[in-house]
Amino acid sequence: MSSFFKLDNLVMQFGGLTAVNGFSLELRPGELVGLIGPNGAGKTTVFNMITGVYPPTSGTIHWLGQDLTGMPLHRITARGIARTFQNIRLFTDMSVLENVMVSFHQKIRAGFWSAMLGLPAYVREDQRIHREAMDYLQELGLAHVAEEKAGSLPYGRQRRLEIARALATQPKVLLLDEPAAGMNPQETMELANLVRELRDRHELTIFLIEHDMKFVMGLVERIKVLDYGTTIAEGTPAEIQGNPEVIKAYLGAPKHA
Amino acid sequence: MAKSQRHLLLNLAGILLVFLVLLLFERHGSLYQVRILNNMAIFITLAVSYNLVNGICGLLHLGPNAFITIGAYTSALLTMTANEKMMNFIIEPLIWPLSVVHAPFVLSLLAGGLLASLFAFLISFPVLRVRGDYLAIVTLGFGEVVRVLCNAFQSVTNGPLGLKGLSPYTNLWWTWGVAIFTIAVTTKLVNSSYGRAMKAIREDETAARAMGIDPFKHLLLAFLVSAFFSGVAGGLLAHLITTISPTLFTFFFTFNLLIIIVVGGLGSTTGAVLGAALFAWGGEALRVVESPIDLGFLRIPGIPGMRMVIFSIILMGVIIFARRGMMGRSEFSWDALWARLHRPAR
Amino acid sequence: MTATILLQQLINGISLGSLYGLVAIGYTMVYGILRLINFAHGDLLMVASYAAIYGVALFSLPWFVSFPLAIAFTGCMGIVLDRGAYKPLRDAPRISLLISAIGASFLLENMALVVIGGIPKGFPRPAMFAKVIDVLGLRIQVLTIYIPILTLIFLAGLLYIIYRTRVGKAMRAASVDFETTRLMGINVDRIIAITFLIGSSLAAAGGIMWALKYPQVNPFMGVIPGLKAFIAAVLGGIGNIVGAVIGGFLLGLGEIMIVALIPELSQYRDAFSFVILILVLLFRPTGIMGEPITDKT
Ligand SMILES: Nc1ncnc2c1ncn2[C@@H]1O[C@H](COP(=O)(O)OP(=O)(O)OP(=O)(O)O)[C@@H](O)[C@H]1O
Ligand SMILES: [Mg+2]
Repeated sequence: MSSFFKLDNLVMQFGGLTAVNGFSLELRPGELVGLIGPNGAGKTTVFNMITGVYPPTSGTIHWLGQDLTGMPLHRITARGIARTFQNIRLFTDMSVLENVMVSFHQKIRAGFWSAMLGLPAYVREDQRIHREAMDYLQELGLAHVAEEKAGSLPYGRQRRLEIARALATQPKVLLLDEPAAGMNPQETMELANLVRELRDRHELTIFLIEHDMKFVMGLVERIKVLDYGTTIAEGTPAEIQGNPEVIKAYLGAPKHA
Repeated sequence: MAKSQRHLLLNLAGILLVFLVLLLFERHGSLYQVRILNNMAIFITLAVSYNLVNGICGLLHLGPNAFITIGAYTSALLTMTANEKMMNFIIEPLIWPLSVVHAPFVLSLLAGGLLASLFAFLISFPVLRVRGDYLAIVTLGFGEVVRVLCNAFQSVTNGPLGLKGLSPYTNLWWTWGVAIFTIAVTTKLVNSSYGRAMKAIREDETAARAMGIDPFKHLLLAFLVSAFFSGVAGGLLAHLITTISPTLFTFFFTFNLLIIIVVGGLGSTTGAVLGAALFAWGGEALRVVESPIDLGFLRIPGIPGMRMVIFSIILMGVIIFARRGMMGRSEFSWDALWARLHRPAR
Repeated sequence: MTATILLQQLINGISLGSLYGLVAIGYTMVYGILRLINFAHGDLLMVASYAAIYGVALFSLPWFVSFPLAIAFTGCMGIVLDRGAYKPLRDAPRISLLISAIGASFLLENMALVVIGGIPKGFPRPAMFAKVIDVLGLRIQVLTIYIPILTLIFLAGLLYIIYRTRVGKAMRAASVDFETTRLMGINVDRIIAITFLIGSSLAAAGGIMWALKYPQVNPFMGVIPGLKAFIAAVLGGIGNIVGAVIGGFLLGLGEIMIVALIPELSQYRDAFSFVILILVLLFRPTGIMGEPITDKT
């Protein structure tokens, strides 16, 4: 049987800089895996390679028996891998609801002409999209701000909207890049519960980057640690906490709050 | 449902009102007024379709003059009779199929639009690979290339001499009919799921792609629709002024459209309409500054270029001090009007 | 075609190309720091040419005083341009900045039209530039030879400033990372002003040489050389100064040689550079010397 999701020896070079040096990982369906490491370790770059923002310099990405390596970003999303962004990238001038509705567009069945002529098939589909988008907002606790401009939301809600939007593409694998960044402890705790719930309800496999150790350790089942682009440790949260390599990496390069 | 039916009725009533006004002007208006109204409608068509690419999709496309040129020439060559063509092409004869084909005005407009779209499709591969400043320069380049070709291909375009003596088919009904149709189609598109995808690309292309949206497909769509209406408007323009030549559609023309959509509010169809109306009227009024003024005892000669100076200052002023223009990105809606009427001004 | 004519065209091409290169430097420098195509840059050629004409005609200055003054004046115009049209928009969306640049370009051209008029003015051509000499059986105007030499001298001076002085170091820093440079306490606005000063002065030098070569000055004379120079900058890899000059040489040479080899194409000469631009953007968007531009995620 071919593997579910497999990264094999991914390397990313920017000019002379090797941002990621041989990253391998295999995810099993339904797993919750964390990726940690000091600033600039190459974590976001791993996400960027998986989602096709940059094609990897070398290495391969396999997904349900298909080779995704070098496939463009939008086609990877269509294959069922969605992500959020570390430096929130919402459609700021559009409403919260529209932000989520955009995610349904890739699967729209009604064609351009049907939309232009306002045929019943399109109208019905647009109404369904509207309804389902509202459901996702409900789930993330954003339904009451649906009509507001996404850019006007407070930080914590913007992060949630990022997740709602990614979820609305109906992925099987969800990549979260520092979902708790900028949240207060209360919000962070709620987020951890939410992530777990989402995984169960939508049968997701989640791979997330996070600096907040408490958040990661309490949430994920398995952790990979990157430092200067190299994997320095992997294991269960308990194993990682006691790993001297990891402690050294973090003490050597103080992490941000 | 009831609400959308009410809006449909209101829209139809609005269109009816426009046509009544047009009827009034056609019967009793001066030639000058009719000309301004015609220009206004053509500028509305051009601005609304230009805004689709620049305002909704957020690309700085500087070559709509290419589409307009193609539409104008195509339409003109189709409506001219074989005899008229012979009279025009004195240096080099018109090449064969073009020398004999003849089509009614409607079909010539459609052909102009379609050919402009075809051209847009062909250039979209290099154009849509780049963004930002590069896209601006490449589209500007294509605008120039079309002009150069118009001058060079004497046996198709009659070169620098241009085409003269076209039948003045364009009238108020044509120009305003096309303008209203353009507004309707553009609005429908912008408010559809496809329009949402375009706006998402404008806001953040990488994020839009991460939501599964193929930028090329959607930008191409906007480009084709925009080119079509620009081409049709080019055909209308040709049969309004009845003489066309390559010098008519330079970058100056594009510059005027840019002013219109910036003043109206980049990204707002309503803004494009208002901006175009203002421009057609104000631009005409501003001609005063370039024509000689006769005070009886003193004759002040006209100052060529003064209008463009004023336009440039307006453009820069708006973009620096009031970037959102008149409408920002908001649109006219009956509901908003209703609310405004029922909540007296503060 | 004989070898002499070919050689003649080669020299013409190099001369034209070095003018493109000189103007392209300004585009590339401004782009390097502000990521903006300064649409009004080409119009500075026109500003400099008129300034030089008025220096000679109105104030009866000898050319060797009038020309440097015109260059200095145009350099200051560059700073004014930045202050007026671009500085207020530093934090605005890119499309606004570009629109402002287009507006500035039209404003300069039409101001000139209003103030000076559209009738082309003759450019005072000092005899020492107009002289024709015989080299290897070729009859060459000395100007044609001076232009590339002056361009190389200017380039050397500029490279010295950029790589050997503190200001140059700050300019390089600002073009790598604008924000960080600002945070490091460097007065970025000053650096930008200096960039405009240098870029505009070089454009002015290019403009005066252009006017010496084609002594017909009109309000729109800068448009076509400006566009070509921009294309040269892209061809060389935008942001790269040496690349801009190389791009200029290649474009000038290409333009002249194409017309020399295939005379039927002469009416398409202005379209040629756009074809080059499109080919470069399609196959090597970073130009000859440029580094890849990536979108940080
Ligand atoms: N597009 C790019 N071009 C050049 N260098 C890049 C690019 N993207 C990332 N880098 C570099 O690669 C390295 C890894 O960056 P990355 O963003 O992956 O780190 P990270 O682990 O996500 O850090 P953080 O915790 O700060 O988010 C850094 O040195 C960064 O400067
Ligand atoms: Mg990161």
